[in-house]
Amino acid sequence: MKLITHNMLTSKCLKGVLQGYPLAINATDVKITEVDFNPEFVSRIIPKLDWNVLWGAADSLGHSEGLPKTVEPKYEDQEFLKKAHHVLLEVEIEEGTLTCPESGRQFPISKGIPNMLLTEAEVQ
Amino acid sequence: MSKRPEHQAPPEIFYNEDEARKYTQNTRIIDIQAQMTERCLELLLLPEDTSCLLLDIGCGSGLSGAVLEESGHMWIGMDIAPAMLEVALEREAEGDLVLSDMGEGVPFRAGSFDGAVSVSAIQWLFNADKKSHKPVKRIYNFFSTLYAALSRSARAVFQFYPENESQLELLTSQAMKAGFYGGVVVDYPNSAKAKKFFLVLMTGGAAPLPQALGTEESDSLQVKYAKREASKNARGKPLKNSRAWIIEKKERRRKQGKETKPDTKFTGRKRAGRF
Repeated sequence: MKLITHNMLTSKCLKGVLQGYPLAINATDVKITEVDFNPEFVSRIIPKLDWNVLWGAADSLGHSEGLPKTVEPKYEDQEFLKKAHHVLLEVEIEEGTLTCPESGRQFPISKGIPNMLLTEAEVQ
Repeated sequence: MSKRPEHQAPPEIFYNEDEARKYTQNTRIIDIQAQMTERCLELLLLPEDTSCLLLDIGCGSGLSGAVLEESGHMWIGMDIAPAMLEVALEREAEGDLVLSDMGEGVPFRAGSFDGAVSVSAIQWLFNADKKSHKPVKRIYNFFSTLYAALSRSARAVFQFYPENESQLELLTSQAMKAGFYGGVVVDYPNSAKAKKFFLVLMTGGAAPLPQALGTEESDSLQVKYAKREASKNARGKPLKNSRAWIIEKKERRRKQGKETKPDTKFTGRKRAGRF
């Protein structure tokens, strides 16, 4: 699972959970894959991100080095975009769990795919 | 027993390893999926030359995702069948995958996506595979959470296979209830095989539905029928194997969206004797 997905993913489908965001990451295996750098896509996606959550996620995986804690209003800087690209699209969680901040429900991640399936009792 | 996969088993069971393998080996399935995804992308009306973040609902083995990648978009796919997602991993899909049931809702933050596509997936929502499943509720839940996950003025295009009229109606009415505008676009309505249903949903204000393929002459259909009736009464059907008969047949095929050679001066002409 890439961090861009983590930045969008919530557990609000759980019964009684309002926000379900951000999901806490507990990673046991992290992989780096090379993805082509597309500066235009990265600069388009940055306003949509919750930057604090991204920074926190990157930090918990030990990949926050060089990543500013806040986004400067002008983020056309190539170095910054490259760093954001690396964190968003190249860092992948292979194995681990995601934890719902409200209910504490854990979602396992295996082979890089988070399992968000709910049981009958958990559906709204 | 019916041939429809939805009638055979729940999706996570129907799409087992055997079924999933078809989606990597069967070139016909691959071609059809690619074609339908291209048409979905066309109907999405994304801004040109910008790469967007798209949601692929029922992404399966990532065949549709491959088309999205080619067009330069980043995608996140959700599917309920683990075997299909495993194939997507083998194919090294560039998009990210999530194992999730669309009937339980779209588990993404508000305004995340610039658009959503889905190829042959939402007909599964009509099933009640578990005792607790209520199809109408699941459809509404799906559409309302999808509406939230899309950014303003984004579109969602679903290609699907409805069983009957009432399914179409149920789907559109639940989508409208969830806040979407839009409707169903039917490509090649005159053909049994090439006929395809696309549910086009829009979040930002009512806009005219896109034109379906193979219906360009639908306005003059009435006139045409009248003309044909008149000529039928005058001369009866054209003589079999005559030029008029061939041209009429080709016209019919064209309306069905089948590949047809153009009419030329050679159409229906006899070959020279020495051939």
